[in-house]
Amino acid sequence: MIEFRNVAHRYGGTELLAEVSLRLAPGTFHFLTGPSGSGKTTLLRLAYGELVASAGEVMLFDKDRRKMTRDELALVRRRIGVVHQDCQFLDHLPLIENVALPLVVSGRTGGPESEGLGELLAWVGLAARAGALPPELSGGERQRAALARALILGPDVILADEPTGNLDWEMSLRLLTLLVELNRMGKAVLIATHDLNLIRAVKAQVAARVLRIRDRRVQAAGAEL
Amino acid sequence: MRPALRAPETQADRVVPPSGFTARLTSFTAGAMAFLAVFALALALAAGRLADRWQDALEGTATIRVSAPADQQAAQLRRVLGILSTTPGVAEARALEPDEQRALLEPWLGPDLPIEALPLPALIAVTAAPPGYDPEGLRMRLAAEAPGAVLDDHSRWRRPLVTAAARLRLLALAAIALIGGATAAMIALAAHAALAANRQVIGVLRLVGARDVYIARAFVRRFTRRALTGAAAGTAAGMAAMAALPSMDEAGGFLTGLAFDGLHWALPLAIPPLAALVAFAATRAAAFGILRGLP
Repeated sequence: MIEFRNVAHRYGGTELLAEVSLRLAPGTFHFLTGPSGSGKTTLLRLAYGELVASAGEVMLFDKDRRKMTRDELALVRRRIGVVHQDCQFLDHLPLIENVALPLVVSGRTGGPESEGLGELLAWVGLAARAGALPPELSGGERQRAALARALILGPDVILADEPTGNLDWEMSLRLLTLLVELNRMGKAVLIATHDLNLIRAVKAQVAARVLRIRDRRVQAAGAEL
Repeated sequence: MRPALRAPETQADRVVPPSGFTARLTSFTAGAMAFLAVFALALALAAGRLADRWQDALEGTATIRVSAPADQQAAQLRRVLGILSTTPGVAEARALEPDEQRALLEPWLGPDLPIEALPLPALIAVTAAPPGYDPEGLRMRLAAEAPGAVLDDHSRWRRPLVTAAARLRLLALAAIALIGGATAAMIALAAHAALAANRQVIGVLRLVGARDVYIARAFVRRFTRRALTGAAAGTAAGMAAMAALPSMDEAGGFLTGLAFDGLHWALPLAIPPLAALVAFAATRAAAFGILRGLP
């Protein structure tokens, strides 16, 4: 579904990633670790097409990102659920409309996904906060809302950047359990995190592959995980 | 639980946050420009009416001045009237009565003028019938048969006025075009500002899979609606101001004849939809321009 072929990325003359080859196939579960500033977020942004690789190929659903039109990229993004570190909401819209935004922009407000909206909000524990504006939400609530928004269209791939950074342990486990369930349904999951406990908790449930970014290159993590 | 979502069109409008300054700027610009457009339109129509009226007068009337010694004047007058009665294209030829001549001279020489005592030429008012007479041919006949008669077809002083009125109409139409262009530029500027201020919104919309046409449409709808309501208010104010002008029947002059006439009152109603069309095109061009430039 998403494949990196010897990808390098530079910004302002600085090489952030080099020789990255990675395949997010259906049913795979990946963790991406590395110190802050190592390029985890950059790799995720390449994976959903926000950035274009400086070298190599990023294939999004069998299409080279570099050759995709804006419309094609928009359609591909509907198949990728993204949970950003800073969540990214429209602050003037209430939570429920933010979560439903992927339905709105894809013209699917009347479909079955809309019917599941309340259920999804209840699952992430935000049913009572549906009318709240994003600035009124706590960090954990924002992160759960971002997750709900990423899942509303039933994406094929889920990319999450530090998705449990603002969540308590119980909520983190609930979130991970959901991601594992989705993974078992055939979705590809990639989580960028530096929370080793989280990685261990997931590895107990599913065969997850752990990658580490070191010296701009992606490698398999060591035996400690 | 089934939370209620708004209708898709309403939701599409709501993705753009309310942008106070740019929205007010768009409404104000559209309103002010529509107000000016009403006046420019009225000026164009009035100038057109004036040009037509003067043109008609130019083509339809003439004066023949018969200057001759007092004992020959009556005979020359009869001769000229005889010539006119056989001239093709002349509908009517009538010698002015002394009272009419007195009325013509009164503004300069005052009332109670002893006109009979003055050596004034006799005047003949000529009314042409379509397609008109041949002035050069008439002049030659008069020169041959009534040497004291001079044909004045008014062209000397009416033609520059007709030209001026026609140019005034062109200027008014150019003003309307400039108003349209300025409106487009101002609204495009406001749309640019709104889009630049909402980069984060655009980023979120793209993140969730919005196509550029969806994002552009959200801004275009907002600005088009603003322009429409602003222009409607400006047009209404302009029409009210026009209605408050003195009626053209009361004084008959150019300035008092500036108000719309009859069915022409319907013409300003086209201004708000045209302003909306201009806003639509300007915002759409600005939106796609900005979206193309964003990563």
